[in-house]
Amino acid sequence: MELTVISGKGGTGKTTIALALSELVKDAVKADCDVDAPNLYLFYDGRDIRKEYFYGEKKAVIDKKFCSGCNECEKVCQFDAIKDSKVDFFKCEGCGACILVCPHSAISLKEKKTADVYITQTNKGIISRAQMEVGSEGSGKLITMLRSNARKFADGNALIIIDGSPGIGCPVISSITGSDAVLIVTEPTQSGLEDFVRVMELCRHFGVIIFACINKYDINEKKAEEIENFCRKNDVYLIGKIPFDDTVMKSIKELKPIVFYEGSKANQAIRQMWDNICKYIKYLNQ
Amino acid sequence: MQGWVWEQVGDSEGEDKLNIAILSGKGGTGKTTVSTNLSTIIGANYIDCDVEEPNGFIFLNPSQIKREEVYVDYPVVNSSRCTLCGQCAKVCQFHALVRTKKDIMLFEKLCHGCHACGIVCKHSALTFRKRTIGIIEEGQYGNLICKRGILNVGEPMAVPVIRRLLKNLPTGTNLIDCAPGTSCNVVSSLQYADGAILVTEPSSFGLHDLKMAVQLVRSFNLPFGVVINKHNTEDDRIQTYCEKENIEILGVIPYRREAAEVYSSGKMIVELPEYKEIFEEIAERLREVFPWNLQ
Amino acid sequence: MKIAVSSMGKDLNSMLDVRFGRCNYFVVYDTEGGLVKTVENRGQMSGGGAGIAAAQQIIDEDVDVVITGNMGPNAFNLFKNSDIKVYRCGSIKVETAVQLFKEGKLEELTQAGPAHAGMGMGAGRGFRGGR
Repeated sequence: MELTVISGKGGTGKTTIALALSELVKDAVKADCDVDAPNLYLFYDGRDIRKEYFYGEKKAVIDKKFCSGCNECEKVCQFDAIKDSKVDFFKCEGCGACILVCPHSAISLKEKKTADVYITQTNKGIISRAQMEVGSEGSGKLITMLRSNARKFADGNALIIIDGSPGIGCPVISSITGSDAVLIVTEPTQSGLEDFVRVMELCRHFGVIIFACINKYDINEKKAEEIENFCRKNDVYLIGKIPFDDTVMKSIKELKPIVFYEGSKANQAIRQMWDNICKYIKYLNQ
Repeated sequence: MQGWVWEQVGDSEGEDKLNIAILSGKGGTGKTTVSTNLSTIIGANYIDCDVEEPNGFIFLNPSQIKREEVYVDYPVVNSSRCTLCGQCAKVCQFHALVRTKKDIMLFEKLCHGCHACGIVCKHSALTFRKRTIGIIEEGQYGNLICKRGILNVGEPMAVPVIRRLLKNLPTGTNLIDCAPGTSCNVVSSLQYADGAILVTEPSSFGLHDLKMAVQLVRSFNLPFGVVINKHNTEDDRIQTYCEKENIEILGVIPYRREAAEVYSSGKMIVELPEYKEIFEEIAERLREVFPWNLQ
Repeated sequence: MKIAVSSMGKDLNSMLDVRFGRCNYFVVYDTEGGLVKTVENRGQMSGGGAGIAAAQQIIDEDVDVVITGNMGPNAFNLFKNSDIKVYRCGSIKVETAVQLFKEGKLEELTQAGPAHAGMGMGAGRGFRGGR
């Protein structure tokens, strides 16, 4: 089964929770698809057992040997990426329109490495992750690769937990399509509520089972109630309410998943939530 | 200050604007908190570039909102001229066009609006129309201008909205609240920036992602400083890193449950006197560290 | 008629690949003469729109029938538009899948399943996705 954990808004505790859930299941495979901020592996003493380069983008390159400075390329570029016969690396979208108009065939599209992709072995299972080159885009192709690498190492009925990215753009879409269920982690703030609505709409659009949980819910119980009402009205299963817990900060500092702190309220609430998720999935499969 | 090199960055829009980007690497560190509160303290316009999840207006709640749609081009096939040669589909790098047995089919969400298909068509069968992918909103907070971009849900590409938002910035100082991370959304925002404020938090995540953000602003040759948010007194890993790298720390904002509650109701934390003072200090450091005239 | 099967390997003995857009190969079997052609799926290498890239290849090969496991809405709508029929099959040998099809034992796909990692969600202009 594949469960994607996303948040809409950043900083709601998505990674903390994704991590905790993966600890509760024996040998869960983790896919860290939050490629702009891949923090999951920091919690483990992992060993990279595989590394490969990922070429995710193409950029136009002008060969000065053949360039006459006619500027036909500059005229045709919709992204203002060419000036004085030089390609602005960051602005170029790799569309190749410039190549079509160059009278000297001086331009070509070159593949650019955008990430290092790793399989990291830990004592608690595999992490499929990527380290982006700064300024590069995490694409659907990369997310797919991370997910398929995870699948390769997940035998049969193993659980794959996908730590998704914040936002609602293409990397998030790639993290949720084809998943069995999505868990949206939100927080009881106005920002959290608004972003939750947007990301929930996205999940609705892709037809996945939607679970939600409110992290640090007792920071603002009124807002938490607003979110609860929203879930009820929209058929979203609110499957967990995690209380604010100082121990969480401690666990992040000590780089140890929260499920190891026995007295922690957050720990107990997350365990209860996982129990609920399992029960509901069982019920759906009847 | 010693350590970082700053060059007179060519202000592409003219000398009457000063654009400071606020970014973070990691999500949820407090970019929006810092940018909205700082804008009121220094009297800067607030520009929300986190077009997928724009939150700044919650706190500033600007009035007199004006809206404008953001359009992108898409190709339209004239079937009477089209010979179904399929060259347009072949040349499209994004798989937005397919030559089926009957016609040319477009997947508009994949289309980047590059016009390559139009260029390659030998039968003049392609023209371009516009469709909307988001909106720009502009309003007032006192005498400060607030602008934001909102990407429509389901649209995968935010960059055209960000570019539209940043192309016509008001005169004066503009605080550009960027998207989280260091990907193309942030890169597009930085192209209009004269300087940057990196917001981080004292945790392994915060430091790990701060390093990526530092790499990015350095590759743009932007002068920058760091603000440490959600600070607790024990953890000094960010300070240690900044000292080693000769990075200026503009301010430290302590973590208090009280502030978290104010934030959670959508209010400005500078309403709390302790935080107002902290932001005034950050403003002071800004004036020292970025040697321009901040009004 | 030409039958394309999404495949893990290059020939009739290979196992069927249940993913359409990002499978490794398409094994194209021509019932007239029994010729087999292997096509490397370009969808695998696509950043986005994998199903679309794969579908374009199939259309270019003049295929009449596609046998696969899951197919997203983009590719599905493309085939519907081109009158190419799609049949669903599990993970068995390509050869066996073709045989089952000939015997009329495979289920025809009449609507798209969930899209795999990708975007687009439906074809044609005017599709706003959720609005």
